[in-house]
Amino acid sequence: MSSRTLFDKVWDLHAVRALPSGQTQLFIGLHLIHEVTSPQAFAMLRERGLKVPFPERTVATVDHIVPTEDQSRPYADTLAEEMMVAIETNCREFGIRLFQPGSGKQGVVHIIAPEQGLTLPGMTVACGDSHTATHGAFGAIAFGIGTSQVRDVLASQTLSMSRLKVRKIQVDGALRPGVYAKDLILHVLRHLTAKGGVGFAYEFAGSTIDALSMEERMTVCNMAIEGGARCGYVNPDQTTFAYLKGREHAPSGPAWERAVAWWKQVASGPDAQFDDVRTFRAEDIEPTVTWGISPDHGVGVGETIPAKESFTQDEWATIEEAYQYMDLKAGQRIAGVAIDVAFIGSCTNGRLSDLREAARVITAHGGTVAKSVKAFIVPGSEAVKIAAEAEGLDKVFVAHGFEWRNAGCSMCLAMNPDKLQGRQVSASSSNRNFKGRQGSPAGRTLLMSPAMVAVAALEGKVTDVRTVLQAPAAKAKA
Amino acid sequence: MSSVVSLVSGRALPLRGNDIDTDRIIPARFLRCVTFDGLGQFAFEDDRKQLTAQSKTHPFDDRRFAGASVLVVNSNFGCGSSREHAPQAIAKWGIRGIVGVSFSEIFFGNCVAMGLPCLRVSAADAEALQGDIERDPAADVTLDLAKGEVRCGKRSVPATMAEGPRKQFLTGQWDALGQLVSGIDEVRAAAKKLPYVGGFA
Repeated sequence: MSSRTLFDKVWDLHAVRALPSGQTQLFIGLHLIHEVTSPQAFAMLRERGLKVPFPERTVATVDHIVPTEDQSRPYADTLAEEMMVAIETNCREFGIRLFQPGSGKQGVVHIIAPEQGLTLPGMTVACGDSHTATHGAFGAIAFGIGTSQVRDVLASQTLSMSRLKVRKIQVDGALRPGVYAKDLILHVLRHLTAKGGVGFAYEFAGSTIDALSMEERMTVCNMAIEGGARCGYVNPDQTTFAYLKGREHAPSGPAWERAVAWWKQVASGPDAQFDDVRTFRAEDIEPTVTWGISPDHGVGVGETIPAKESFTQDEWATIEEAYQYMDLKAGQRIAGVAIDVAFIGSCTNGRLSDLREAARVITAHGGTVAKSVKAFIVPGSEAVKIAAEAEGLDKVFVAHGFEWRNAGCSMCLAMNPDKLQGRQVSASSSNRNFKGRQGSPAGRTLLMSPAMVAVAALEGKVTDVRTVLQAPAAKAKA
Repeated sequence: MSSVVSLVSGRALPLRGNDIDTDRIIPARFLRCVTFDGLGQFAFEDDRKQLTAQSKTHPFDDRRFAGASVLVVNSNFGCGSSREHAPQAIAKWGIRGIVGVSFSEIFFGNCVAMGLPCLRVSAADAEALQGDIERDPAADVTLDLAKGEVRCGKRSVPATMAEGPRKQFLTGQWDALGQLVSGIDEVRAAAKKLPYVGGFA
């Protein structure tokens, strides 16, 4: 059993008591809600006549259903409008802060909480959304929950939970030019599989992780869930503290030093014991693209689509299903696969550094979006949008044929007007390539880094971004 | 609100495949709703339509399995999105218990909170059970949480569930809300000890 890891320390600090079942009643420091998984939870509270005892510890925004083009109300989609009205009413009635479009603070829930300094090291964070793992980048224990558990947190600020095992994912060395945090996590998923992390929290550590920016760490932790791990985290360090300092809700004045001292204490110490350790070398990681229907179906851009025999036999049926659904064959090169749609955005890769890198690649390439491709870029939050426009990134995108949209989840899960049509293939900076995920029951998704999406949009096909970024001097940190 | 769940028995439905994600169980467009009512008919909507278009039959459309209350799946069932809409759709379709090799963590937690038990069996046993049901769709499959086994005809296989949730089902405490709320004084005391709750004052 693990001990003295950040996970163990944060768990113990938040354990309220043991429940009769043997589960732990765990205090939740930050509860985030959005319009999709919360209305039923509020309905259950009303049914039972329950109140919200810690309304200041829940923060709401709207992201999944928000259109990224015309945001005027009422929304054209009456079901979406009904959900908006529901969260507005619920937040008003229960005294919860809601960041609405136009406030400057709205955006994808996993982007706005960190950028406002709401997510802090050593916290427990819960949200009715599986990508809550993102917040682990700060050294928080953050996990996705379902709607009944959203109800539990609203009514008690706690959850009934079983402790997870802790696996350390040690990554050492320097990422090569054109290789990003997204490639790192797709590489890890490929080797540990989509179910390898069930029952675990993933601690990401090592010199490669230490060198990542906070935004890159968020990309890595965001996709821990795609490996089956309910949470992923990075120990807080100077990079974390520098990111947080001065953010609206971060501690300030004399409280800052006390906070940093406490945050340092919750990190895994040299005496930490893990249930499992896996090691990777950054030099082994190539720009990675998924070819199949699960996020662990990734290959290096220079590789071919793997034969089913390279998987364990219990996976063969899934692999066959993936070849058929994607209309790709074993032995075929992934580079050169034609795309119809290019999407940059989402809680995985919709942050300022992602957009900067996309703009850099587009400028280095110099071309415009291929005629056969629809390409659009969706900032993860209103704050990201404002910052990107202040740098002129939007002008770069539009000049090269990309559409520039408003903040939201957009085509990551297509609960809004942004959807694939028919059997279209998308190059997507999002997190899931499940069948039908991007809005068309037959639509196909190739996951990759925002830089790789940008070059795919320009070339009309999967292309190694390193061919655009040839000069090693052009490498900048994503 | 909770009641004891120790035995679930009924005709069963085999759904083969690893890594069946919650987007497939309930596509996102059906999440545009403010209640879970009516989700049952949309369970596996896109998978079903696609097979129908190929003149094939999805197990959820197969008349041999109509009225089934037990679902038998393979590994990592319910991976992906945290949407409780997925187990809600399955439950509202009529399923009262699930047997599989493994379940995604969040999906499993949602099922506990809904009183829908998910028992784990070995990969070989899951496939054997699926074969049994395909051969004899009228056979009853029984999930016995107290004994830790799943039975189908002459076959009886060991089945497990983490001890905490198993106890919650067996004692009728799978809906944790009552207990969580009853401990509110202890919750407030625990919160006071966390320096960030007081703003590191």
